Amino acid sequence: MIQTSDLSRAYGEKVAVNHLNLSVKKGEVFGLLGPNGAGKTTTILMLLGLTEPTAGKASIDGIDCTRNSMKVKKITGYLPDNVGFYPDMTGRENLRFTGRLNGLDEETIRKRIDELLERVGMTEAADKKTSTYSRGMRQRLGIADVLMKDPEVIIMDEPTLGLDPAAMNEFLKLIRDLAVKDGRTILVSSHQLYQIQQICDRVGIFVDGKLIACGAIDELGQQVAVKDHYELVFSADPMDDKLVSFAGTLPGVTGINSERKGYLTIESEKDLRKDLTAFLGANGYAISEFRQKGGDLDEIYESYFKKAEEEEVKSNGSAKHGKNRSEKQKQ
Amino acid sequence: MAVQNTAKTAVKSKNNEKAYRESRRSSLGALFEKEMSDHLRSRRIIIIIMIIMVATIASIYGAVNGISDAISSDSHFIFLKYYTTSGNSIPSYTSFMALIGPFIGLMLGFDAINSERNDGTLNRLLAQPIYRDTVIIGKFLAGMALIAILVLASGILTGAVGYLFIGIAPGGEEIIRLLIYFLYTIVYISFWLAMSMLFSVYSRHSATSALASIAIWILFAIFMSLIASFIAGAVYPINNEYEQAVNTLPNYTLQQGINRISPYYLYSEAVSTILNPATRALNAVTYAQLVGILSSYLSLGQSLLLIWPHLIALFALTLVMFTITYVGFMRQEVRGN
Repeated sequence: MIQTSDLSRAYGEKVAVNHLNLSVKKGEVFGLLGPNGAGKTTTILMLLGLTEPTAGKASIDGIDCTRNSMKVKKITGYLPDNVGFYPDMTGRENLRFTGRLNGLDEETIRKRIDELLERVGMTEAADKKTSTYSRGMRQRLGIADVLMKDPEVIIMDEPTLGLDPAAMNEFLKLIRDLAVKDGRTILVSSHQLYQIQQICDRVGIFVDGKLIACGAIDELGQQVAVKDHYELVFSADPMDDKLVSFAGTLPGVTGINSERKGYLTIESEKDLRKDLTAFLGANGYAISEFRQKGGDLDEIYESYFKKAEEEEVKSNGSAKHGKNRSEKQKQ
Repeated sequence: MAVQNTAKTAVKSKNNEKAYRESRRSSLGALFEKEMSDHLRSRRIIIIIMIIMVATIASIYGAVNGISDAISSDSHFIFLKYYTTSGNSIPSYTSFMALIGPFIGLMLGFDAINSERNDGTLNRLLAQPIYRDTVIIGKFLAGMALIAILVLASGILTGAVGYLFIGIAPGGEEIIRLLIYFLYTIVYISFWLAMSMLFSVYSRHSATSALASIAIWILFAIFMSLIASFIAGAVYPINNEYEQAVNTLPNYTLQQGINRISPYYLYSEAVSTILNPATRALNAVTYAQLVGILSSYLSLGQSLLLIWPHLIALFALTLVMFTITYVGFMRQEVRGN
């Protein structure tokens, strides 16, 4: 549904998007992950024809995004990051305006507004001015606004930013429904990993304008895993010396680390999970945490960032991504 | 076959054209309507209306007081004098409009684009299937329409109240002259609308664009004449009798030329000509040229001829401003925040 080939955009010297090749299938939820300033928003603007690429092409449903942006914008809904509404108009009036811009007739507009307000749970607040809305309400109205044109493709830029956990879950469910129930294609950009993990079929990791990994989440795990290197983090009660010395005797151990209080990290060349659980069980330890690293998205993300940074260090001699990483938010 | 194909393409392109126009008109209409209702519901429209009301009432009061003096020296075109007479040291309606007109234009346009940018509505707006220029054209047209309404309302109100107080009805020529005056005023205020929109495209904060527009307004309304006389004095000095004899005419002409860069001056000249048929010339006139002229009024056509360039110049200035705004907006990156 969404296709880009060698899509590039440079602002002077700085390359914001660098030969991006992306392909999103119909009905899929695709997560575009990357730190701030990675070029996600630029990519999205190019998909909507709001920014012209310096090279390469993008298309949605076979329509060229740059040359025929009008047609693209007819079938594509866009929820910008930090979406805004006309503060002096009510939610309903804002939606009506969008409907009119899309050339819908008044009858359709009226029906659709009622439907959508119901769907996003904004019926009660619909006739209040949008200046009184909370962030979560604005986001939900944003979804209704996007759906006014009944789009086949929905593009969302950082939709979950600044939402509280309860609002977040509700919101994510709403997004997921748009793909599952309505069969729309969705592209979500974000730097919030856990949220994306919950709703995406596939993700692409986007750093410094380059897509450095792309695929389903478990595939990504395999892509990242370093061969013959395992890292096991666990916590047991009691955490005594006997346990630590046993861990040292396990086959293939390359390092033991107990820096983190109450936890033990074992690096090894082999998968030690079976041996260790057998020992813990036989000797009366209670396991409170036990985890082989490399499976979840945060680690995937981090390891990609590490890779990207290391490459940068090699090529530039300096890396300034520490800032980006600290900005990552966890739920 | 070939002919058929061409015919088909022609029909198709005609249909496309039609669809294009239709979609364009409907989105422009929606935008225009929204801008209009935005303006009408905003708090600043109350301020604008209050300013206009105060100016209108004050100038009528002044005119009613001063009109008997004005009539005693010249008793023709009395209805026009409602607009041009000042009294009790209160400026006339026309000079009020020349001064506060820019303010109205600035108030309507200074945050046209940057407020959308700051509210995060511009992205959302441009993601709709509309052409980008529809946004700026819609805003400008809505502003102009509102200006037209305000100018006509306050102008007609002035005439009506004057008529109530003084009781002299307008003649046909007076009405035409007044309509032309209103047209000039609308174009004049639209210039300021376009200029403030220009600043709103290029500056991020609406406070900056408001201040910049006000600075230009003050420059044209107050400092332009000082600058003009300074430059003219430097180029054609008048310090002794000889220089006075030789330089007076070029000095005045240059000064006037520089002043005419200012829309404020252009507008004032045009208004004083169209509303005062006794005005025969705008440029410097020598005594020799005055010999033998008829002491009558200028006909409407002749008055218009005199200020035709002014209208064109005002139009051109407005258009230039709007074009710069337009191009700036079209070329601007969408991501602002």
